[in-house]
Amino acid sequence: MRRPPDTEGLLREAAPRALAAVVRRFGDFGESEDAVQEATIAAAEQWPAQGVPESPVGWLIHVASRRMTDRIRSEAARRGREDAVAADRSEAPAGAGEPGDAGGSDDTLLLMFRCCHPALTPASAIALTLRAVAGLTTAEIGNAFLVPEATMAQRISRAKKSIEASPEPFRMPAEEERPERLRSVLRVIYLIFNEGYVTSAGPDLARAELAAEAIRLARIAQLALPQDPEVAGLLALLLLTDARRPARSDAAGRLVPLTEQDRSLWEREPIEEGVALLAKAVAKGAVGEYQLQAAIAAEHARAARPEDTDWREILGLYGLLERVTGNPMVALNRAIAAAMVDGPETGLVLLAELDDSLEGHHRLHATRAHLLEMSGDAVAAIAEYRLAADRTNSLPEQRYLTTQAARLNERRA
Amino acid sequence: MKFMLLQDYGGIMREGVPVMSEWAPAAIEAHITFQKDLNAELRERGELIEAQALTTPELAKFVVSDGATSPVITDGPFPESKELLAGYRMIDVESTERALEIAARASAAPAHDGAPIQQAIEVREVMGPIEH
Repeated sequence: MRRPPDTEGLLREAAPRALAAVVRRFGDFGESEDAVQEATIAAAEQWPAQGVPESPVGWLIHVASRRMTDRIRSEAARRGREDAVAADRSEAPAGAGEPGDAGGSDDTLLLMFRCCHPALTPASAIALTLRAVAGLTTAEIGNAFLVPEATMAQRISRAKKSIEASPEPFRMPAEEERPERLRSVLRVIYLIFNEGYVTSAGPDLARAELAAEAIRLARIAQLALPQDPEVAGLLALLLLTDARRPARSDAAGRLVPLTEQDRSLWEREPIEEGVALLAKAVAKGAVGEYQLQAAIAAEHARAARPEDTDWREILGLYGLLERVTGNPMVALNRAIAAAMVDGPETGLVLLAELDDSLEGHHRLHATRAHLLEMSGDAVAAIAEYRLAADRTNSLPEQRYLTTQAARLNERRA
Repeated sequence: MKFMLLQDYGGIMREGVPVMSEWAPAAIEAHITFQKDLNAELRERGELIEAQALTTPELAKFVVSDGATSPVITDGPFPESKELLAGYRMIDVESTERALEIAARASAAPAHDGAPIQQAIEVREVMGPIEH
């Protein structure tokens, strides 16, 4: 028995892994979660007094499994279905539930696949992943997404029901399905990060923690799949992007664009880790969208000053990224990179090609405004900034765009 | 994506619907039950943030202040009372399409005769910290 360094921290790490193992064994998501929850409460009471067990995960699995078995027995007694249960239990692997049976990374991966099930909507998958894998409470998740706890509880419980109703058993997806399923997992982690990566000021603090959760989830995925270059690419991307957070908004919570950020505020440690992860991933030779995005973020991180940025390299990377994803939003960024390499007119020509696919989208107007400003056409830039400001559904973005228009307008007067 | 679904005191697009105080009690009951059931359904789906009905325009007040002298407070009734808000639902849904679907359901609440009242529902997305 070790002395407890930090029971709460240990439990936060251990509970999701225990849950993964218990769900794998018993199948029932909701019941397993209750059982692990009870085991966690017991641990929080016992560990500080009696010391932390050798294997915290194993301890939780053992206690939770015992509760599950008790529950199944009493349920079976009630319904008179002892035979069925006996048959179920005989299938359990020998030695299961013993302390030391630490829920492995395979179990966690399985849980991730399950929580990011294709039958779920993105919002449900996000909520369930944060609950079951990241171990956040329903209240914390509700808080982060600015919805009442009861609403979030319903969303999570519906999500559980719909994956329990799906015919897929709790096992690893077949080899041929795995790339697609992994893409869903990475997408969910990316979306969680995106929700959190806004500003670290004031009331949005709860959201900022989502970015940290996403990085934690990406680490879990990377531990489970250390050889997968896209998993490493995603983790690298999140680290490289999050490193810029201290510079991304000013004290008043206003967005600061990349070229105007105080680069001395960028955090070196995550940048170094991200760059190293990326280098190892890229060496495997299977390039994908997250590695490419991470490579672009790394290029920005490499430039000590904005004018040191290797825009030609970034332009090439956006070209590749556009080919891999076919996403018109990527084409917008490529237009900006092209403008930085060959001048704003080149960028504006590229933007004109996007008029159909991105018609009326605020990003198209915002990018055009930026390039028009670069070319010295303030009048047209103001009009485009205003169009963009009227069309965005993001408050910080609207504030930024309105201020850009006002700034140019003032300079003209 | 969060949306506010707003409905005001006017905005009943169907001709010949009398004011609610002239409906049969059972028709009023059916209308209220419909609203409650819709809220319960949205709550159960994890989509409802809040639903509120507001007191009548008769109880509304308008306040204007210049920040220095005492504010000017105007009591109802107001000639433009039909444009005042009657109630709202705040929802958090996956898509604009889903918000419109819910608005359509709300619009078709039963009128005095049980047929849909065809209430105009204003659908407004709430500004968020990031774009969706």
